[in-house]
Amino acid sequence: MSILTLIIKRELIAKVRNKSFIVMTFLSPLLFVGIAVFVGYLSSMKADVKVVAIHDETGLFVSEFKNSEEYRYIDLSPIDLKIIKDSLINESYEGLIYIPKIANFKTLENKVQYISNDSPSITFVENVQDIIAKKITKENFETAKLDTLAIRNAEAKVNIELKKATGEDSLKGLNEIKIAIGGAFGYLIMMFIIIYGNMVMRSVIEEKTNRIVEIIISSVKPFQLMMGKIIGTSLAGILQFFIWAIIGLILMFSASIFLGINASPTAKVPPEMLHSAQQEFAGMAQMYIKELWNLPIATILISFIVYFIGGYFLYSSFYAAIGAAVDNETDSQQFLLPIIMPLVLGVYIGFFTVMNDPHGTIATVFSMIPLTSPIVMLMRIPFGVPWWQIAISVTILFGTFFFVVWFAAKIYRVGILMYGKKPTWSELYKWLKY
Amino acid sequence: MSTILEVNKVVKKYGDYTALNEVSLTVPKGSIYGLLGPNGAGKTSLIRIINQITMPDSGEIILDGEKLQPKHIQYIGYLPEERGLYKTMKVGEQCLYLAQMKGLSKAEAKTQLDYWFDRLEIQGWWNKKIQELSKGMAQKIQFVVCVLHKPKLLIFDEPFSGFDPVNANLIKDEILALREQGSTIIFSTHRMESVEELCDHIALIHKSNKLIEGKLDDVKKQFRTNSFEVGILTDNVEGLMYDITQKHTVSQTNFKSLNNELKLEIQLGKATPNELLNILTQRGQVTHFVEKIPSVNDIFIQTVSQ
Repeated sequence: MSILTLIIKRELIAKVRNKSFIVMTFLSPLLFVGIAVFVGYLSSMKADVKVVAIHDETGLFVSEFKNSEEYRYIDLSPIDLKIIKDSLINESYEGLIYIPKIANFKTLENKVQYISNDSPSITFVENVQDIIAKKITKENFETAKLDTLAIRNAEAKVNIELKKATGEDSLKGLNEIKIAIGGAFGYLIMMFIIIYGNMVMRSVIEEKTNRIVEIIISSVKPFQLMMGKIIGTSLAGILQFFIWAIIGLILMFSASIFLGINASPTAKVPPEMLHSAQQEFAGMAQMYIKELWNLPIATILISFIVYFIGGYFLYSSFYAAIGAAVDNETDSQQFLLPIIMPLVLGVYIGFFTVMNDPHGTIATVFSMIPLTSPIVMLMRIPFGVPWWQIAISVTILFGTFFFVVWFAAKIYRVGILMYGKKPTWSELYKWLKY
Repeated sequence: MSTILEVNKVVKKYGDYTALNEVSLTVPKGSIYGLLGPNGAGKTSLIRIINQITMPDSGEIILDGEKLQPKHIQYIGYLPEERGLYKTMKVGEQCLYLAQMKGLSKAEAKTQLDYWFDRLEIQGWWNKKIQELSKGMAQKIQFVVCVLHKPKLLIFDEPFSGFDPVNANLIKDEILALREQGSTIIFSTHRMESVEELCDHIALIHKSNKLIEGKLDDVKKQFRTNSFEVGILTDNVEGLMYDITQKHTVSQTNFKSLNNELKLEIQLGKATPNELLNILTQRGQVTHFVEKIPSVNDIFIQTVSQ
């Protein structure tokens, strides 16, 4: 057995045997599902019914406001406006819609008021605006003696069907799925880098504080030790990822079976079967799951693994060098900041830029820069990225990785044998020349 | 006597600081070679270079007739001064791991470990974790790890620190036994009495330079002061003193003895020991007449403070 394999094996076993690894591997999916269920439960809970008063001096609009699960409207038109306003302060009502008596609808458009103690939600305001606008439009039609029924029949409703150039069916909700999947993978990579990079760093620091490092280093090259550590830890990470993927796939299959859906993408369910709300929900879920299967899952998974390895190796070389340079974890903070910044930047770019414009300049550039590419490119991939871009990005990533490993190995080599001193940046630079 | 290790004008610089300045050493095969020097003299730098942990800036190292190269790692056993083990790993697994790193197969490593665990009477520790062991116990494990691949050259940096006298003796005997089996031992320490006891060759490094090297006896001859410790029973102290101070320098001294005699340290002038002895025997009963040999400690302090 080569020495590198020996080190990798030891690191892997040490990581996997660790209690926190076992707990994290099997507990975090449960935790994840638990949080999802909890959030779902919270959002399904009915909010308190809010009472909204309407003071409609025209008498035209009050009947247009229909009670909903969230809002109950009461007509307070006969009551004096001042009295209602006073009772608002006592919070008898959530708010007051005041429609003044103005015969000219054009003027009225800007004269309606909503008076409340708390600022109302945007959807509520839009809803009220909508109701009043519709009524005014209707009244305008009638004043102009237009046939409202004819107009309604004449109104066209366009529903654009999304198709891909390759001819596959597409679904409007798909973009959201793509964002969710790309985001999840990008985020996962960031978390992995931080968690497993830290593990590499801790393991280096542990060897330093244990003082075993000099014993080991007399039998192996520092470079071998560092690589063995990084690879061993990454194997532990990949193992964990596979366990999660398997758990995830099992969950997805059981969801498919539970909803009575054939997982094969060609399966079509007759639309007439989807009548009741129950069936409609099942139909939606079915379409989403169908679309999930339609995504380039293989490409996503393969590129996830490639970027995971590349990004993780790149960053954990930094982490290893930092671990070698310092004596304990508290000293590592000043060196960690410049590492975490690009990771966070990557996630922000992913969530703000890639979602709006997955193939725009910013998204493309940052999916090439090696420090952010593992995150940004992964978020772009579900939207379809030309293979040559992936090839360039991966090449740059691995090229940088080899450079950084060389650089980290130099710091590592000197650092692991330095005790009791917190180095400065300029000292690290000096070490490069030793 | 052939040479196992030859250090040839080795220079090592850290930035502007010169840790080793053209240091050359010759370590004879089968010797116990004491590498001495105050803190920061460059001993550890030299040891690390011999272990190929760091590379010299210039100069070369010849191990057993060959220029030092990576395969030589398994010919060397190194017990560093700063030493430790993985705290949460089991003793057995850890030893196997470290032995395999030195190039032993798993089976060989197991055989060797069984032998050494038996020999040091630590068979029961195989499944213990290092954190359950005391410091001295862990030191024993480190010693085993250092020697179990039967290295030709053993380098011990402060091997006895952390051992109680019983275990220190045990380890000392093991070191001597290893020498009997043909290993050469380089021994870096501050404890001069163990140098005195064990080493047959020494080298002294001070401020990055080698100042002294050679057989311990030769070095001592070089540093002899021609002084003798004398014990004499006499009635006429003044007469004796007068006789001696004619030619020699004399001072009071102390050493262990059974008689209540006069104890003197006499540095010979231009005379042979016999001539001094003649004077002494004329004046009284000589009970003690020994050349004062400089201790390693004396040599060390004298050289370093120069």
